[in-house]
Amino acid sequence: MFSFILRRFLSSVAVLLVATFLVYVLVAFAVDPLENLRQSTAPNKEALMEARVEQLQLDVPSPIRYLGWLRGVGGCFVGQCDLGVKWTTNESVIAVLGSSIVITMRLVLLATILAIIFGVAVGIASALRQYSGFDYGITFLSFLLYSLPTFWVAVLLKQWVAIGFNDFLVDPVIAPVVVIATSAVIGIIWAAAIGGDGRRRLAVFAVAGGATLAVLGYISATQWLLNPGLGPVVIGVTGVGLAVVVTLLSAGLRNKRALYSAIATALLGAALWWPLQFLFVEATTPLILGLAVVAVGVGVVIGYIFGGPDPGISARGAAITALLVALLIFVDRMMSAWYAYSNSSVIGGRPIATIGSQTPGLHGNFWVTQLDTFTHLLLPTMALVLISFAGYTRYSRASMLEVLNQDYVRTARAKGLTERTVIMRHAFRNTLIPLATIVPLDIAGVLGGAVITERIFGWPGMGTMFLRGLGANEVEPVMAFVLVVGAVAVLANFVADLVYAALDPRIRVHA
Amino acid sequence: MSISLPPPSLPPEGEHLENAIELKEVEGLSQGQIVFRRFIRHKGAITGSIVLGFVVLVAITSIGWGPIPGWWRWNYTQTATVLNPGGRPTLSLGGANGWHLGDYPFGQDEIGRDMFARTMRGIQQSLTVMVIIGLLSTAIGLTIGAIAGFFRGRIDNLLMRLTDVFIVIPILVTGAVLGKLVGGVGAIALALGLGLLSWTGMARLVRGDFLALREREFVDAARVAGASSARIILKHMVPNAMGVIIVNTTLLMSAAILLETALSYLGFGISPPDISLGNLIEQYQGAFTTRPWLFWWPGMFIVTIALCVNFIGDGLRDAFDPRQRRIPTARALRRTDKAAARMAARAASVGRIEEPGA
Repeated sequence: MFSFILRRFLSSVAVLLVATFLVYVLVAFAVDPLENLRQSTAPNKEALMEARVEQLQLDVPSPIRYLGWLRGVGGCFVGQCDLGVKWTTNESVIAVLGSSIVITMRLVLLATILAIIFGVAVGIASALRQYSGFDYGITFLSFLLYSLPTFWVAVLLKQWVAIGFNDFLVDPVIAPVVVIATSAVIGIIWAAAIGGDGRRRLAVFAVAGGATLAVLGYISATQWLLNPGLGPVVIGVTGVGLAVVVTLLSAGLRNKRALYSAIATALLGAALWWPLQFLFVEATTPLILGLAVVAVGVGVVIGYIFGGPDPGISARGAAITALLVALLIFVDRMMSAWYAYSNSSVIGGRPIATIGSQTPGLHGNFWVTQLDTFTHLLLPTMALVLISFAGYTRYSRASMLEVLNQDYVRTARAKGLTERTVIMRHAFRNTLIPLATIVPLDIAGVLGGAVITERIFGWPGMGTMFLRGLGANEVEPVMAFVLVVGAVAVLANFVADLVYAALDPRIRVHA
Repeated sequence: MSISLPPPSLPPEGEHLENAIELKEVEGLSQGQIVFRRFIRHKGAITGSIVLGFVVLVAITSIGWGPIPGWWRWNYTQTATVLNPGGRPTLSLGGANGWHLGDYPFGQDEIGRDMFARTMRGIQQSLTVMVIIGLLSTAIGLTIGAIAGFFRGRIDNLLMRLTDVFIVIPILVTGAVLGKLVGGVGAIALALGLGLLSWTGMARLVRGDFLALREREFVDAARVAGASSARIILKHMVPNAMGVIIVNTTLLMSAAILLETALSYLGFGISPPDISLGNLIEQYQGAFTTRPWLFWWPGMFIVTIALCVNFIGDGLRDAFDPRQRRIPTARALRRTDKAAARMAARAASVGRIEEPGA
């Protein structure tokens, strides 16, 4: 195993070296740093050109300059990174990269996580209802999303989601027709997804549609969107609902201890809403993350308190519930900053941003800046999720169908396990194996594709750094982008192989 | 992937019965015929083929192709006086004016160029790029994958590391750098460049398939009969891998059309005065609120073409997949049950009537 990892590592490094070398030579050939001087009318044009040739070592052949660049990169292993200098502004590339990489990663990771969660859930639901109307609908939708150019979607999102929503906020009353139509559509989608015979479909339609109708009606009537908030009651009720769903999926409702521990966790969360508000006054990122960890810990403890023959299952369900309820409380606190944010002078009542990664000149506490980050993340994340979602739906559907046709699923059914156990324990886990190998590769792909997303939404991320560098005839920022994306791609390939070997015992690594 | 059918003798009973019915259905048909039959049963793929065929036909005949003149009255460069205010489309699908096309069904841009002709030109260019990228990268990927998978060992190692090098560099990066290098390029040059870069997935797939195929008996048989490596690869293995190759080519093409539009959007692809669907959107994205038709038509055609190609790919995948079975839906099963019950009831009632007579 060790020698396999070592060999893979060495060959990955070799691949990365060759790739960066090729790109370096290509870029050095493509850019022309003397471009602006050629058209210059300055009397000392020749001297200026000579000075720049001297400065950028343009008289040295590019393969040799590559070695110099590589020495700087090699410094990263001993703690002295040197990716060169942007010669037009004299900025160190490593400083620019440091800020832009955070921005890009925030975008890519959030979008990937959301796309995985939604894509896998929908794909599996679609596979379980193979050849139903829902399945065909999802298949068509995923093909459609797969065929959309990012930038085209982005323009539509800017127009309809951002500008449309901001205009709507001036007078946030939803027309009754829209409320009824939306409720009907959501009811139909849920009825199709849950399936069953006619009566059950009708019941699901009535419940889902009715709930949507009530929520939308309430939002419209109280102008909730201008000053949103959940409050402990809504958090408690939603939390209990989530507890039931989590238990249904993870342990089955027949496991009473698991159900009660999850519900207890949800109620405890709602009860803690009030004291937490005092803690939130001086919130910082570490505090929030720490609280999330504490929430999970509390969930585990509650699960073990309820005990029973298999406390681990209860603990797992309670921990997931705790995390979800903590998220609700977090969202609630953020919502209460909404009014201040939306009406601050730099926002001016148009909260959903179409461009940039943060509002310049915005002053506020932790919650306001967080909210600002989220309103800026909204559109690019939607654009990326819509497109990645399609891929994950297709993969997980195909993978689930493959697994459902396996003998061990038939065996599981034959020995009388409940459908939930068969799907969640036998089929679902095996469905994730091929997906686990796709995710790293997809992250690498999205990172490469972030060039487009960042450009449309004006995010100062790595893609923008790359495009600006190329436009300004600078080799170093271009190479920094290639280096990071290439390293991620190599690493992703490597991780995918290891994950596959670790998850599937049939794969043997021959060293 | 080869299709290995069970022996044609009908198994006596039980679970194989279903299979036997299926076998009966394809009895005496060649592999190609079976695939074709499966393909035309796939509604999405057939719809996709028809729509794509129609789009291609209109795009080529309307404004002509190269020296061949088309039947449309404008071409994509000529300017004219703006007819409707702002160049609004004259197309009307009903309402007060009834159904009519008018002179500028897709509208005009700010200097009066006909949007229909421009969109059609964009489709032509984008389709050209799509086809060239698809064919070129299939050819390269097939060659590299076949050699690596067939010869294995050191050649395989070398070729796969080469593939890794191309995978590591994002294609948008190479495309952008190449675009910067040569400035504005024509559709064909762009397509050739991108085709040289996007063969990696195909090479990996074909290699995997070949690694499995070369262990099969028919390859041994061919080798014993004295066939050369080239003959084994071309005559025995490539036809067996054709399913994977064709399916992947279609998927590559749908990715290619999006790649071309993305590059044109970044300004590194086909650049004005020539047109592609991507650079039409790039030019007119700012006009979305004032002249939305300039933005909608090219976008709709990108989506339509990519969607059709994806559906065709899906249909081909189903058609080539030997494990693909038509599983009856629950509703179909209920319907059959009901029909069977009705038949039984009728038989019973008929029996009762006949009985006294007998």
